[in-house]
Amino acid sequence: MTARAIGFGAGLGTEPQVQPGRGAPDDVPVVSVESVTKRFGEVVALDDVSLTVGAGELVGMLGPNGAGKSTLLSLVGGQRRPDAGAVRLVGADPRDASARVSLGVTPQETGLPPTLKVREVVEFVGRHYPHRVDTADLLGEFGISDLARRQTGSLSGGQRRRLAVALSLVGRPRVVLLDEPTTGLDVGARQALWAAIRRYHADGGTVLLTSHYLEEVQELAERVVVIDRGVVRADDSLDAILARVALHRVVVRSSAPLDALPGVVRSERSPATTGSGRLDRFELYTPDADALVRELVTSGVTFSGLEIRGASLEEAFEEMVAVPDGSDGTSGTSGTNEGSAR
Amino acid sequence: MTRREARGQTPTAATPSGTPTTTVGDAGGESAALPGLLALSWLHLRFQFLETVRVPIAVLGNLIFPALAMFFFVVPQEAVAGNPLFATVAVAGLSLFAICSASLFTYGLGVAEDRQQPFDPFVRSLPAGPAPRMIGRVLNGAIFSLFGIVPVVLIGWLFTEASVTALQLLAGIATVLLVAVPFTLLGMGVGYSLSAKAALPVVQVILFPLAFAGGLFLPPQMFPSWLDGISMATPTRAGRDLVIQALTGEPAYSGAWLVLLGWTAAFAALAVWAYRRDEGRRFR
Repeated sequence: MTARAIGFGAGLGTEPQVQPGRGAPDDVPVVSVESVTKRFGEVVALDDVSLTVGAGELVGMLGPNGAGKSTLLSLVGGQRRPDAGAVRLVGADPRDASARVSLGVTPQETGLPPTLKVREVVEFVGRHYPHRVDTADLLGEFGISDLARRQTGSLSGGQRRRLAVALSLVGRPRVVLLDEPTTGLDVGARQALWAAIRRYHADGGTVLLTSHYLEEVQELAERVVVIDRGVVRADDSLDAILARVALHRVVVRSSAPLDALPGVVRSERSPATTGSGRLDRFELYTPDADALVRELVTSGVTFSGLEIRGASLEEAFEEMVAVPDGSDGTSGTSGTNEGSAR
Repeated sequence: MTRREARGQTPTAATPSGTPTTTVGDAGGESAALPGLLALSWLHLRFQFLETVRVPIAVLGNLIFPALAMFFFVVPQEAVAGNPLFATVAVAGLSLFAICSASLFTYGLGVAEDRQQPFDPFVRSLPAGPAPRMIGRVLNGAIFSLFGIVPVVLIGWLFTEASVTALQLLAGIATVLLVAVPFTLLGMGVGYSLSAKAALPVVQVILFPLAFAGGLFLPPQMFPSWLDGISMATPTRAGRDLVIQALTGEPAYSGAWLVLLGWTAAFAALAVWAYRRDEGRRFR
């Protein structure tokens, strides 16, 4: 194992170490997005978004389809220009070709030139960079050495994904943008890709990735940015985000104001319906369901129909991003009772 | 490379983390030695050539049609094939047709197809401006255009009385490449403004009337005077006469260069307009 401790240093052992350039001292953010707005006709894809990513961070971007994640990545990659605000890649404009030396991007898996062989595509992309990873090393790293002579048109979806992610790393970029890197992969292939992304990150690389899979973000990211309808809804460490969303749901009927119980961070109270014994229905969200139930029992209030369920991350994020514009705080979905609860 | 060899390497994927050599992020852009424009253009040319040549039917199509036209319309006609001047003129006309066809198809259809491929936006994210890709494309088209005239020239040399000196041949080929410029630009104009589906019929509708009116199939001496007037305003006719002038010394009509330059300017404007419009649509 040690004989082939690859990392992305495999090729560099023989090359002179390159010092970080003048333009890029460590305190310059790798990615900086300042008050960026981007419209497509009537649609506002990004509305005054700001985001700063420092060297070595691994940031996961979550959000539903059409939230603006891909638009944000295309701005950082220099493929589009913002209508307002500024985007910087290691201090430079990503629309300048030379700035993009620090950038690695994945092609869409369907977009590989079908007649070129795997090693040719790697070679082609790699030669755009001053210090590329050796093709054989890179393919070995991703476990696709045996595909080197195959035309990309004959690869399976999983093989193409691996090649796509490999291509983003061939130029030893400071930052890679991974847009849905493992969509449609089986578990094994996904684990292998995650391992490669972790290795790159362990070597000091910066990663900005989007995913539909919370599991993926939870697995990889240290910091999570939630985007919805062109706005950053949350930007925090993974733990903080998890604490915020990893809640249990307690459903119970009672006439007492249960939403004031300690530990309830969010609640929804629906008025009694006929046949429910004049008891209101409460949906209470809490990080600690056991404590809440204990509290409920010892408080001596009358209640019935107790149900407890862990709210999945998936649901939690859905709720987080499902706030109708302008109605913040009115309904239980985001209205917090933190003040009254503590 | 065998499968067995590669198996041995797969465990690397499970290595938790490589040695923390600082291999990532070698510099912010300018301090690193970027590959030069020449190197990048060569790179793009090489891989575009590979991409094209691996679709043999595309290559053969370019070679076959003009060659067949030689066999059907020139070789059997003793009056043409047996006359050194007429035969040379016929070879010149069909060579130019091969070039026009290759230029219009490679650029018109090729560009339109490329724009639909998701690889194109990826290439734009690489640290290179649009120039290397563009230069590669133009040169790649020129190479396949030249392939197209090889069979025509060979057939003319082997089966007809067509004859030129080496110097005339070189002058002819140089002129043909020069005449290819406006057609390349026209092709790009089409390719950047239309989808691949629309580009194909449009290219055909442009190519055949232009080729006919320009006298690439039938000598314009057979045209009625009104058609001859129209013919002299086409880029194909101007190109044809200039190529013939280079090959045989038969002088082209006086406005030929002007007509060719005029069309070149017009098609250049079209290509630039279409490119910008496409940029504006897809990469706002």
